[in-house]
Amino acid sequence: MTMVKIMFYLLGFIVLASALFIATSKNLVRTIFMFFVTLMALAGLYVLALADFIAITQIVVYVGGVLVLMIFAFMLSGRETLANLEGRQNHFVSISKLPAFLLAIAFFIVIVNILFRTDFNSLPWVNDAIAQKNVIAPNDAMTGNIGVSLITRYLLPFEILSILLLAALVGAAHISRKEQGA
Amino acid sequence: MINLSDFLLVSAGLFCIGLYVILTKRNSIQVLIGIELMLNAAILNLVAFGKYDKISNGGQTFALFAIVLAAATTAVALAIILNVYKKYKTIDPGKTDHLKD
Repeated sequence: MTMVKIMFYLLGFIVLASALFIATSKNLVRTIFMFFVTLMALAGLYVLALADFIAITQIVVYVGGVLVLMIFAFMLSGRETLANLEGRQNHFVSISKLPAFLLAIAFFIVIVNILFRTDFNSLPWVNDAIAQKNVIAPNDAMTGNIGVSLITRYLLPFEILSILLLAALVGAAHISRKEQGA
Repeated sequence: MINLSDFLLVSAGLFCIGLYVILTKRNSIQVLIGIELMLNAAILNLVAFGKYDKISNGGQTFALFAIVLAAATTAVALAIILNVYKKYKTIDPGKTDHLKD
């Protein structure tokens, strides 16, 4: 058991436990703040997967942007929604959730089954990458590397994404504006 | 270092929890959180496999793109949720069941 392994299992446990809390909790505010915990622990997992730039982006975009948006939407959608949520029956396990539960479990069994059938030590492209020393080492500086490939190899998807972001921003502003007889 | 299969196992669990959240919650914002959980499971997979692609950086770059797309999706979805709330006075996806007129 190295330190990295211990950190990985700790972060993985936090991710899954907070996601389970989101799945079982009825309170919307607690759900949003637990989602915050999940995202932070996921950023830690990205660091352990040697993607530190992705981890920082995750924190900036998700925690700084998405969560604030969600809290805004929650506050703007008024008190009635909250009262509506609190007044529901408080069974931990209700029969109406059984199909969803079974579907999720079946999905999990299928995915885990595929995982255990795959022999990860003999994947051809992974072995090629190891043979050609195409593997990221823990002390590589990846941020500059990502920046270079973002404006050379992936320039077209990058530009398309920027246009899509612009369209999404204009669209969101258009949808949420006050309607005046239109 | 950590095995590939450990990352994939965590991501499979996250994906299935996200699926369960989407199917059971009666609140659009919580359904949106479920979608975000599934997206994050996919991003974790991309990042874990991206370790074996140092030269062209496929996994990490597309993880970045996926994060940005998720942010755009959330902005539009929350605008739609606010509009739905203005019209129906509820954000339960099961109760918003008729069109404009």
